[in-house]
Amino acid sequence: MLPENKMFEHRIVTAKCNAVDARSIESYKALGGYQALRRALQSQPADVVNQIKRSGLKGRGGAGFSTGLKLESVNRLDACPKYLVCNADEGEPGNFKDRYLMEHDPHQLLEGMIIGAYAAGATRGYIYIRGEYDQARDLMELAVKEAKAGHLLGNQISGTDFSFEVDILSGAGAYICGEEFALIESIEGKAGRPRNKPPYPTLSGVNNKPTVISNVETISNIPYIVLNGPDAFTAVGTPSSTGTRLVSLSGNVKKPGVYEVPFGTRIRDIVFSLGGGVPDERAIRMVQIGGASGPCIPPNLLDLKMDYAEFACQGLSMGSGAVIVIDERFDILDIVRLNMRFFKHESCGKCTPCREGIRQILRLLFKFKNGSALESDLELLQTLCHVMIRTSFCGLGQAAPTAVLSTIRYFRDEYIKGINNLNLTA
Amino acid sequence: MVLSSILEKYQRQPENLIHILLEYQQSKDQNYISEAEVIHISRELNIPESQIYTIMTFYSLFSLTPRGKYIIQVCNDVPCHVQGAADIVEMLEDSLKITMGETTPDGLFTLEYTSCIGCCDKAPAIRIGTEVFGHLTETEISRIITRFRREYDAARE
Ligand SMILES: Cc1cc2nc3c(=O)[nH]c(=O)nc-3n(C[C@H](O)[C@H](O)[C@H](O)COP(=O)(O)O)c2cc1C
Ligand code: SF4
Ligand code: FES
Repeated sequence: MLPENKMFEHRIVTAKCNAVDARSIESYKALGGYQALRRALQSQPADVVNQIKRSGLKGRGGAGFSTGLKLESVNRLDACPKYLVCNADEGEPGNFKDRYLMEHDPHQLLEGMIIGAYAAGATRGYIYIRGEYDQARDLMELAVKEAKAGHLLGNQISGTDFSFEVDILSGAGAYICGEEFALIESIEGKAGRPRNKPPYPTLSGVNNKPTVISNVETISNIPYIVLNGPDAFTAVGTPSSTGTRLVSLSGNVKKPGVYEVPFGTRIRDIVFSLGGGVPDERAIRMVQIGGASGPCIPPNLLDLKMDYAEFACQGLSMGSGAVIVIDERFDILDIVRLNMRFFKHESCGKCTPCREGIRQILRLLFKFKNGSALESDLELLQTLCHVMIRTSFCGLGQAAPTAVLSTIRYFRDEYIKGINNLNLTA
Repeated sequence: MVLSSILEKYQRQPENLIHILLEYQQSKDQNYISEAEVIHISRELNIPESQIYTIMTFYSLFSLTPRGKYIIQVCNDVPCHVQGAADIVEMLEDSLKITMGETTPDGLFTLEYTSCIGCCDKAPAIRIGTEVFGHLTETEISRIITRFRREYDAARE
């Protein structure tokens, strides 16, 4: 991580990242690591759940659901075993914050998982790491080994009667496995295709047992909350979005990288104050938020704040915190087509709206690109997008058309330019 | 020999199929799993061959046809694209004298596209074997290729 920019950064989850040796549990402990676990084990699981609930911590993997509520619903169920799964499948273009956390502070994630498992009453855990993250996987494996040797993991943790085992699993190159049920199918050794919801994984997840699935960043926040109390956490951020947000900043910026900012930080400050702006002082064409499934916004919306309520107010989704800057040299329709090509490759093919919808959208985008679209094609394109949003089986198909719809909304002229008869009269 | 020890390591449990296949494929020079091997694994795990084909065709890291010893995966999603991924492809094609999707005649390198590999901060990025390389330039690319050639030669001596 780059030197801290005190004006805009606030480090909770990356606080130790520069200082800790990722290969040493002792180094993590020397910086206060595993104290939160000790404290958690001294209180009742329900109290830990309450603390996390009161912190307002929301899932950082995309959906933004309350982590405390998830833990609570699993805590309340009587089943054996119960599972806690860490979703480290990070595969959406533009996202790399989870890799950063695992490579720089693996024990923080592990400590968060152990506390989370204690709170939920889970005894089995998995970290599902995408197949391409070899280094992160090695470090997490080492962390698990060290924690086991130190009785922080395994049977009767720290002499209590709480036991928790963690296995590390590898993905094999399928973005869809980040979707929670696809991930569960993959854990069970099958092709990663989503299941019907409800029931949600909290009721029926791995091996049809209650399962908490949470993102790497979400879980990595837990030790801080338990150690410093929910009030310290809610003091950062905004009322609708407590704490910080890791931002994966990429594209045409001078200083790409992972930054931790309080919720409520403006996109403009992320791009310019932290990222140093666009190289060669080129103008920004657009900024894509969240990754391939996120909206593309024009430069005049850069004052938008990273805040769940504000995004919802604009009818936008924040996703997993990617900020991708695209400068004036690039054509909007080309970028949108690249996004759709990603989804074409990653669609699992289970349902028709997604499988066929993406192909038809690509076909139409091609017509707009080469100037052969009909006037009615713009209407058709939007209808297709809405059909996908409403009828796709899982979040992939529901979110895939976001870039298309947001560019039609903010850059309509780019599409109008591609309509055939308008070109002829021009 | 290698396969049987991998099967042992995963206790011949069908739910470990993905890991068994991943590890076995990685251990092979040609980075793929053949039809005969699929049949063999299906018997060892006591599962239908179709189950193995489902996994191998669903997950993009698997291959049913021989590939190079080193798979060069070039990311071409948006963050890499806007940082010049297309130029990287050209440089690699020139340097290896093959086009995207092909394998060098000596069986050492295969050039493939990949979805984002989570190194967008170092775009344009590629992955070879288990290593990721970013901030690529022409000199950097020839240095990397030379390094892998040397490593391979050294391992054979
Ligand atoms: C297609 C698709 C891909 C996803 N990929 C990821 C991912 O890589 N990592 C992640 O944490 N969540 C991902 N999610 C969201 C998960 O389904 C789930 O909501 C999340 O892991 C829950 O954790 P959280 O509450 O901490 O956010 C994805 C969802 C969809 C629909
Ligand atoms: S929406 Fe797409 S990824 Fe999701 S189940 Fe349907 S085909 Fe599969
Ligand atoms: S887009 Fe290339 S590594 Fe992420």
